[in-house]
Amino acid sequence: MNTFRHRFLTSILLLSISLVPGLLFAQGEVNVYSARQEALIKPLMDRFTEETGIRVNIVSARADALLQRLRSEGRNTPADVLITVDAGNLHSAVEAGVLQPIRSDNLEAAIPESYRNPEGYWYGLSMRARPIMYVRDKVDPAEFSTYEDLADPKWRGRICVRSSSNVYNQSMTASMIIAHGEEATETWARGLVANMARPPQGGDRDQIRAAAAGQCDIAIANTYYLGQMHHGDDADRRAADAIGVFWPNQDDRGVHVNVSGAGVTAHARNRDNAIRLLEFMAGDEAQAWYAEANQEYPVKPDVPHSETLAGFGEFKADAVNLGLLGAHNAAAVRLMDRAGWR
Amino acid sequence: MSAQPENLMPGPPPDEPVSPVRTRQRSRRTDPWTLLTLLIALVLALPVLTVFAHVFMPATEVWEHLRQTVLADYVLNSLILMMGVGVGVLLLGVPTAWLVSLCDFPGRRVFEWALLLPLAVPAYIIAYTYTGLLDFAGPVQTQIRAWTGWGWGDYWFPQIRSLPGAVVMLSLVLYPYVYLLSRAAFLEQSVCVLEVSRTLGVGPWGGFRHVALPLARPAVVTGLTLALMETLADYGTVEYFGIPTFTTGIFRTWFGLGDPAAAAQLAGLMMTFVLVLIVLERYSRRRARFHHTSTRYSRLPRYRLSGWRKAGAILICAFPVALGFIVPALQLGQWALRTTDVWMRPEFLTLVWNSVSLAGIAAVLAVALALIMAYGKRLRPNLAVNLAVRVAGMGYAIPGTVIAVGVMLPFAWIDNTIDSFMRAQFGVSTGLILSGTLVAVIFAYCVRFLAVSLNTVEAALTKIKPSMDDAARSLGMGPLAVLRNIHMPIMRGSVLTALLLVFVDVLKELPATLILRPFNFNTLAVRAFELASDERLADSASAALAIVLAGIIPVILLSRTIGRSRPGHDTPA
Repeated sequence: MNTFRHRFLTSILLLSISLVPGLLFAQGEVNVYSARQEALIKPLMDRFTEETGIRVNIVSARADALLQRLRSEGRNTPADVLITVDAGNLHSAVEAGVLQPIRSDNLEAAIPESYRNPEGYWYGLSMRARPIMYVRDKVDPAEFSTYEDLADPKWRGRICVRSSSNVYNQSMTASMIIAHGEEATETWARGLVANMARPPQGGDRDQIRAAAAGQCDIAIANTYYLGQMHHGDDADRRAADAIGVFWPNQDDRGVHVNVSGAGVTAHARNRDNAIRLLEFMAGDEAQAWYAEANQEYPVKPDVPHSETLAGFGEFKADAVNLGLLGAHNAAAVRLMDRAGWR
Repeated sequence: MSAQPENLMPGPPPDEPVSPVRTRQRSRRTDPWTLLTLLIALVLALPVLTVFAHVFMPATEVWEHLRQTVLADYVLNSLILMMGVGVGVLLLGVPTAWLVSLCDFPGRRVFEWALLLPLAVPAYIIAYTYTGLLDFAGPVQTQIRAWTGWGWGDYWFPQIRSLPGAVVMLSLVLYPYVYLLSRAAFLEQSVCVLEVSRTLGVGPWGGFRHVALPLARPAVVTGLTLALMETLADYGTVEYFGIPTFTTGIFRTWFGLGDPAAAAQLAGLMMTFVLVLIVLERYSRRRARFHHTSTRYSRLPRYRLSGWRKAGAILICAFPVALGFIVPALQLGQWALRTTDVWMRPEFLTLVWNSVSLAGIAAVLAVALALIMAYGKRLRPNLAVNLAVRVAGMGYAIPGTVIAVGVMLPFAWIDNTIDSFMRAQFGVSTGLILSGTLVAVIFAYCVRFLAVSLNTVEAALTKIKPSMDDAARSLGMGPLAVLRNIHMPIMRGSVLTALLLVFVDVLKELPATLILRPFNFNTLAVRAFELASDERLADSASAALAIVLAGIIPVILLSRTIGRSRPGHDTPA
């Protein structure tokens, strides 16, 4: 109840202050709805507060739930910034009208065009790829070529991948739809399902662990999971050491990539602070932190990759406009339903 | 001989006027109890009704898509899951309850409370732990391969992440509901009935099968219903195991396919499962009533077990405790020791405090509301009240996220309407008054967990003879005085049970807390889940262990309460 009273008093206070024109309110705060877990962004936010004196308040939850909350709160939402993962979620937020376009020379200079919304509704802050991971002892990487090839019968019973309820698989399938259309993608999905070593289960790390333990030869997983396993406990480190990374589709569209990103909410009360926060997160220090602490690729081109990521090698990324992935998400889910991808 | 409860315990049928006192009152004004009951039920039903408003939207083509592709899987898997967990919790819960209540064997006093411990373990936590242990890549199978030199496919090992695996996981943490309520029922049974059966030559087994079990049936079924509703609402375990059920389907349809209407229709279909369950149970009981007519209680003479029976009893009781609590707790403890930096911070104390205080407030509220409603129903058992009470208790079978959205929408609507009004009339903005506050969070808990307190309190109330009410009322006591002076002392044990059950449930609750909570507010469950869902099991262990530890204290209290609740039980000072 304390918080309730606190809020009540604060709102009265703010109310009376807003009635006095021209009175400047202190540096203040910025309110963040984050689909990234608090543990993952808190250290960065603390650095921001140290640097600017702006207090950061966080609610973290599932991306879809936060979007629902933003929508129902409407113009009275306390949130100034929405941080989320996957371009599909960023796209939904734009469609729902909960973000506003912002212009910032700093952001535009730091973030390449393919990793931000053209009108400035959202900016990508970190990048990850979803390549093919294989067991070094069992597979010759020369056998690989593309995602499409994973539907070939030669991989029967050798692939581990998680459930199609996961947004990473939905976005990956959406990128296939953009490249080949729904019909061809469904045929591909059927082939992939036929090649699975076991019914989809667990998370991305579980696929890597299962491959390392011998249950399958190939795992499809995001890069930072493998990167973090290299810095995990003994068992994880051993598993990660047994796994190689193959970058598919290097001769055509490139490997499927995605971003985590952020945008300023449509009814932000602390708009300036919100923009400062975004600029901070696109800055050198924050970008390097993403790379080192979280094993993600920085979006800012001149920030070095972590040593672990550099070990995976260079790659060409699919240059498709990431916002498009979101537009094909529902089609991807249905197609996977039909293909029997659980 | 088989003693039919119907013959043994004739109580007044429900629809006939019980006493002249009541008949007279019924014909007059509607009393405040009924109004209050209806009002509370309406407010608590708001979130469920909000979600269900979508059901009446025309069926979209997404629904057609679901019907053609995955709906059969959802129905079938959910049914198998419920049947499996139903059998599991009965097998684990009832025999153990009977053994510790009516038999004597070494370790019985420890088992009395230890059997409740798995209640403190959230289902998704036990699923993560066992997967970590028993998965193909886990330490157990790796060790087997190291010893034997086998590889993938050379040997058979039960697949933990599977439908049977989910049945086992859920049974292990949900059986305490059945155990708890059956044990309370066994303890409350009048010893006369059992003595009569003994004088007629019925042994321990026969006494259990023909007398104790039929008499305990309402309590057993209440526990079973709670466990099955929790099973239907489970999201964490089935999602992690990759099993398509109603809950995973609802999420996928709502957020993946972007169709809230079709998702709500799925939820509606799921609710019919619950309704069928409730109706079946009512029908099977028909007109039997289970009041105790004797007021003479004495210390229960326990069956002394010896030889292999003694060993069997110990094994039966040790099995669920070991698998449902000790193994996961040890694994969590081992992980937590590796990550001391997480829980050595002062911030960790805040998490504990947030969880415990929130659970405490919600428990008191949920039980107070349940008391009002159950008592309203007892005073005026008419159709409207019965229906209201049923609907208000439905929240338990609905996934927390769906409840949360159901809370969020009306609250935000109220806030925004007030704000618009104030802006238009006075030019001031009131902003969000309820949304994003702990009020919303606690309200969601009440909606979600009312069934727990309501069922427990109701079960206790039905066991009190209506003749007691009548006697008190004819002596000039009002309904409130009867509740305070007659019912409350008799039900003390059950009310405490309800309090502690809701407390432990809120402690474990995740999705509603996650979505509705205010800025910078975290609980142990939130912390444990965030780390575990990022596949950082070891880091999540300390928070998970803290949930378990914070849950143990009320669980032990619970056991003591039940032990003392038996009338005539020699109460220690």
